[in-house]
Amino acid sequence: MSGGKVRLRRLEPAAIGGVMSREAANFRTYWRGTTFSSVLEPIVYLLAFGLGLSATLVDEVAGVPYVQYVGTGMVATAVIFSSALPAMFGTFVKHRFQNTYDAILAAPVDVEELVSAEMLWIGMRASVYGCVPLLVTIAFGLDPAWGMLLTPLFCLATALGFAGFGIAVAAMVAKIDQFNYVTALFVTPLFLVSGAFFPIDELPQGVQILAQLNPLHQLVELVRGGAFGFEAIDLVRFAGLVGFSFVMWRVAVNRMTARLID
Amino acid sequence: MAAIELRGVVKRFGPIVAVDGLDLDVPEGICLGLLGPNGAGKSTTMRLLTGQALPDAGELRALGHELPSDAKAARAEMGVVPQLDNLDVDVTVEDNLAVFARLYRVPDVAAAVDRSLDLARLRGRRRDAVDELSGGMRRRLLLARGLVHEPRLILLDEPTVGLDPQIRTQLWTLIDDLRSRGTTILMSTHYIEEAERLADEVAVMAGGRIISRGRPAELIARHAGRETAEVYAPPDRLAEARGIAEADGLRVRPAGPAIAIVGSERAGNGSVPDGAVRRAASLEDVFVLLTGEEAE
Repeated sequence: MSGGKVRLRRLEPAAIGGVMSREAANFRTYWRGTTFSSVLEPIVYLLAFGLGLSATLVDEVAGVPYVQYVGTGMVATAVIFSSALPAMFGTFVKHRFQNTYDAILAAPVDVEELVSAEMLWIGMRASVYGCVPLLVTIAFGLDPAWGMLLTPLFCLATALGFAGFGIAVAAMVAKIDQFNYVTALFVTPLFLVSGAFFPIDELPQGVQILAQLNPLHQLVELVRGGAFGFEAIDLVRFAGLVGFSFVMWRVAVNRMTARLID
Repeated sequence: MAAIELRGVVKRFGPIVAVDGLDLDVPEGICLGLLGPNGAGKSTTMRLLTGQALPDAGELRALGHELPSDAKAARAEMGVVPQLDNLDVDVTVEDNLAVFARLYRVPDVAAAVDRSLDLARLRGRRRDAVDELSGGMRRRLLLARGLVHEPRLILLDEPTVGLDPQIRTQLWTLIDDLRSRGTTILMSTHYIEEAERLADEVAVMAGGRIISRGRPAELIARHAGRETAEVYAPPDRLAEARGIAEADGLRVRPAGPAIAIVGSERAGNGSVPDGAVRRAASLEDVFVLLTGEEAE
């Protein structure tokens, strides 16, 4: 081959970069639609929930104007909808319909590199889209704060985990319809009890405990920490998100290996 | 050194034995045609060679690399052209090539893309999306993508399956060019004409193992003799002709609406009916006799 002997190790940047360059090439063909909906959705939600509810039922929550409360919380919904769902559907379509992974795995790329690259790409994209609701909320009156600069990092740590979750689910389901169960049983409950729209401390005790295990809730708390002031426990929250992503990475690699290698 | 060495390779999918004790050597610089009916184990053999399938038993080496433990290094030096079109259809022709040049760690991606575009004769379409290309152009691009890193070994898995004759001929010209440049090629096919035209050697595969191997002319001489007589007649006359030929020790195979009496040069008086069409024995005769399948 041109270039002579190549060094081949685990998790080679060249392999991961090559897979991500494929994603980038595809993204250039559809970024407009995805970006349009990512910007419009938080605006619509803020108008409907924020302005609508705050004008009629709720002025503020925990001393924060409701529009700003919902706007900071919506970072979490943007992250899960731009990580878990694209990972589930994208992985399924690329594997079952487009045979993309057969082509990539015929090159010097292994499943671990393939999954890592897919997670990184989705994670990076979701960390950008996750910031959009925050920017929209600033336009709606939220004061900028230095802590907000960490929002992309918090989004990335969370999105990597949900990307891994989506990839693992795609490797395990037999038919694309089965994503409906996953969405109804996991994705929707996770964002509803994340504290994005209402505080979880009004919920029953058991649900509150479960909510602490919800990565989206930890993300919401971290984003609000960036906007309104951090607490010491936020370090633990961030470490928890990193741990969540690491576990989901290994699960995704394991499930995809079982799916892709006969 | 052989480019590919397989010894006693077995691959099972549940109760199905897809590859059953396969022994196969492919010397460097030849084109070996792996000829067999659907389900013979050809595609599984290809996947074993790329590490996308793991053997249940046996030893595999490709370009000196142990498989599957060193499959990634082996894949860096081989090119794979799949049976199914798995190009990125919304992406431009040149981006499809550039992505794979990066995956193969080619140092000069732009030069590799230009070279591949020339090979596929698609330089004028480089900025078009793949879904704007004709079927023939897409197959040429698929081939060029597998060659973007100038591999030492190429695996062609049914490279022209489902294509119309004109596109098939275009692909054959490209493959023939690679062969003449000394690239080692392992090509699975179930098209007799493709194997006959492109392969230096043909290995006939059935039931997950090689049942005969040699140069096309050798296989024909070994299994079919020099001449085949085709008999066209109503079914009852065909049955009668078959019975007479088989009683004379000749092998008879179906040939569409006719029967083919293989090795008819050895026929005694009256064993081949008057009016039979005599022709040189072919690889198709060998394939049908060995596998029991109708040729395509």
